[in-house]
Amino acid sequence: MKFLVTVKRVTDYEAKIKLKADKSGIVTDGVNMIMNPFDEIAVEEALRQKEKHGGEVVVLSIGSSDSVAQLRSALAMGADRAILVKNDGELDANGVAKILQKIVEKEAPDVVLMGKQAIDDDNNQAAQMLAELLGWGQGTFANTITIDGGNATIVREADGGLETVKCSLPCVITADLRLNEPRYASLPGIMKAKKKPLDEVELSSLGLNTTLKVKVVGYEEPAAKQAGQKVPDVATLVHKLKTEAKAI
Amino acid sequence: MATHLIVAEHTGGKLVKATLAAVSAAQKVGGTIHAIVLGQGIGDVAAELAPFAATVHTAEHPGVKDRAAQPWAKVIADAATAIGATHVWAAATGAGKDLMPRVAIRLDAGMASDISAVVNDSTFKRPMWAGNITGTVAVSSATKVITVRPTEFAAPAAGAAGTIAAFAADPGASKMSFVSFDAVVSDRPALSDARVIVAGGRGLKGPEGFKTIVEPMADVLSAAIGASRAVCDAGWVPNDWQVGQTGKVVAPELYIAIGISGAIQHVAGMKGSKCIVAINKEPEAPIFQVADYGLVADLFKVCPELTEALKAAKA
Ligand SMILES: Cc1cc2nc3c(=O)[nH]c(=O)nc-3n(C[C@H](O)[C@H](O)[C@H](O)COP(=O)(O)OP(=O)(O)OC[C@H]3O[C@@H](n4cnc5c(N)ncnc54)[C@H](O)[C@@H]3O)c2cc1C
Ligand SMILES: Nc1ncnc2c1ncn2[C@@H]1O[C@H](COP(=O)(O)O)[C@@H](O)[C@H]1O
Repeated sequence: MKFLVTVKRVTDYEAKIKLKADKSGIVTDGVNMIMNPFDEIAVEEALRQKEKHGGEVVVLSIGSSDSVAQLRSALAMGADRAILVKNDGELDANGVAKILQKIVEKEAPDVVLMGKQAIDDDNNQAAQMLAELLGWGQGTFANTITIDGGNATIVREADGGLETVKCSLPCVITADLRLNEPRYASLPGIMKAKKKPLDEVELSSLGLNTTLKVKVVGYEEPAAKQAGQKVPDVATLVHKLKTEAKAI
Repeated sequence: MATHLIVAEHTGGKLVKATLAAVSAAQKVGGTIHAIVLGQGIGDVAAELAPFAATVHTAEHPGVKDRAAQPWAKVIADAATAIGATHVWAAATGAGKDLMPRVAIRLDAGMASDISAVVNDSTFKRPMWAGNITGTVAVSSATKVITVRPTEFAAPAAGAAGTIAAFAADPGASKMSFVSFDAVVSDRPALSDARVIVAGGRGLKGPEGFKTIVEPMADVLSAAIGASRAVCDAGWVPNDWQVGQTGKVVAPELYIAIGISGAIQHVAGMKGSKCIVAINKEPEAPIFQVADYGLVADLFKVCPELTEALKAAKA
């Protein structure tokens, strides 16, 4: 069974995100970059499914050559090989999905595993768009994945409970936080990763039109919340909630 | 002039209120508003939406009886094309997030997710980086697909009841199907509708802490219960209770955070609350930066006291 897993290079979730002085974007100098945490869960899931079913795990990133670092991290976790679609420009989710579609058509995986959202743009779009472009079923926000007999059964984190859906293979699945706990790369894993194949593909060679349909035209910091007050005890808190905030 | 299509979300034969946030957002753009309801036995849902739409299209078909993104997206996109929609809207709930990107592809549309404001007919504001940054996004495709953050839009103005018309749904072939739904059963208000939320974090030490500390306080306040990711992951409470960047976004009148540190990913889901109370033994906990009232104390000591005092205050 072949798994294709997408890996996006994003700002560290622990980093303090600040706007540039000219508000043209966020400050990235000195900000640590990581593999999107949801993608890390997707990589882990593919590795576990491979342990069960056998096969291959291919990881794929779209971005500048800096994204090689995140692909190597995925290889160090245990993925077999990597593909980087090189692009320094801006992309929207439609563009990302079209690029992924091209690679999927070439690689013909049984399952595409992705993160449910990228923690920088928080779009939560690319996987569903890819599934539609391919005409495949999707299991988003996966909590548990069972693959057998040409189907994937996905327990999803839905509003108000857990929903189970069934997709025939091939399909697209996105990882939610509780799908698994990603492993740490071992030292031998890191050493081996350096020798694993990493193909680079120029975006221009794919013959796609990725003109933006959605463009971020401005960035601002949301209004800071007024600093509140500390209260010394329960009595004061209840009094203030009643008379000042009128919240009870 | 803009022609809007609002995708109704419903459960148990009732409209999910978050759908009305999408109506409000569409009203901000102006133009003609249509709505679509998919499923079977959806007459009541259509009737609930009628005061907000010129026409409510009902798509009844066995193939869309249960919500599944692939067949639903086709029917919605077909309807959008049939009425010449310029904008297709849904609430940014779990269901809306699952469904709408597929609709966008079918309509060759760009999509703005989880918007917090309408600037004009093609420009919207939306939180990025867990709400650290507000981005302004311009959607240039002829048709635009938008999901709306429910907490950011007030209830829409109702007008005269619109007409209800059957739409001939053709869900096409689907590679996915709904199997089952395991609902979290609760007598408490839903997180998204609650006027008061009592939320707990790892400071509660275990599921027992929720039972002995959080639940009694929620009972007194008729509140919903929320939680940090840490405690959902640990299995102390249902996943559905998670508030935050990747959980639910809530904005109640009163949010009481007990033993929650206030990580940015948590704060992203609750900082819009009208009044925030934080109880944490660590004076430097980041939650105090967003709290209107902070109580630095051992939660196991002060929370039972607070519950009693709230009971007395409400009596
Ligand atoms: C990609 C990603 C997405 C995420 N999404 C979310 C999300 O949607 N929602 C979310 O909540 N988190 C999310 N997180 C996790 C988030 O970063 C934090 O790890 C999490 O919110 C911490 O939960 P907590 O506050 O319960 O635990 P902790 O950070 O451990 O805080 C516990 C607090 O309890 C206090 N405490 C302990 N004992 C007592 C006592 N006796 N009395 C009073 N106070 C006490 C401590 O001082 C501490 O401040 C996400 C993380 C990532 C990487
Ligand atoms: N540039 C990219 N390279 C690789 N994967 C990506 C890229 N952008 C998005 N993705 C994948 O799509 C998922 C959803 O992203 P988004 O729709 O941007 O929230 C992410 O978790 C990634 O798995």
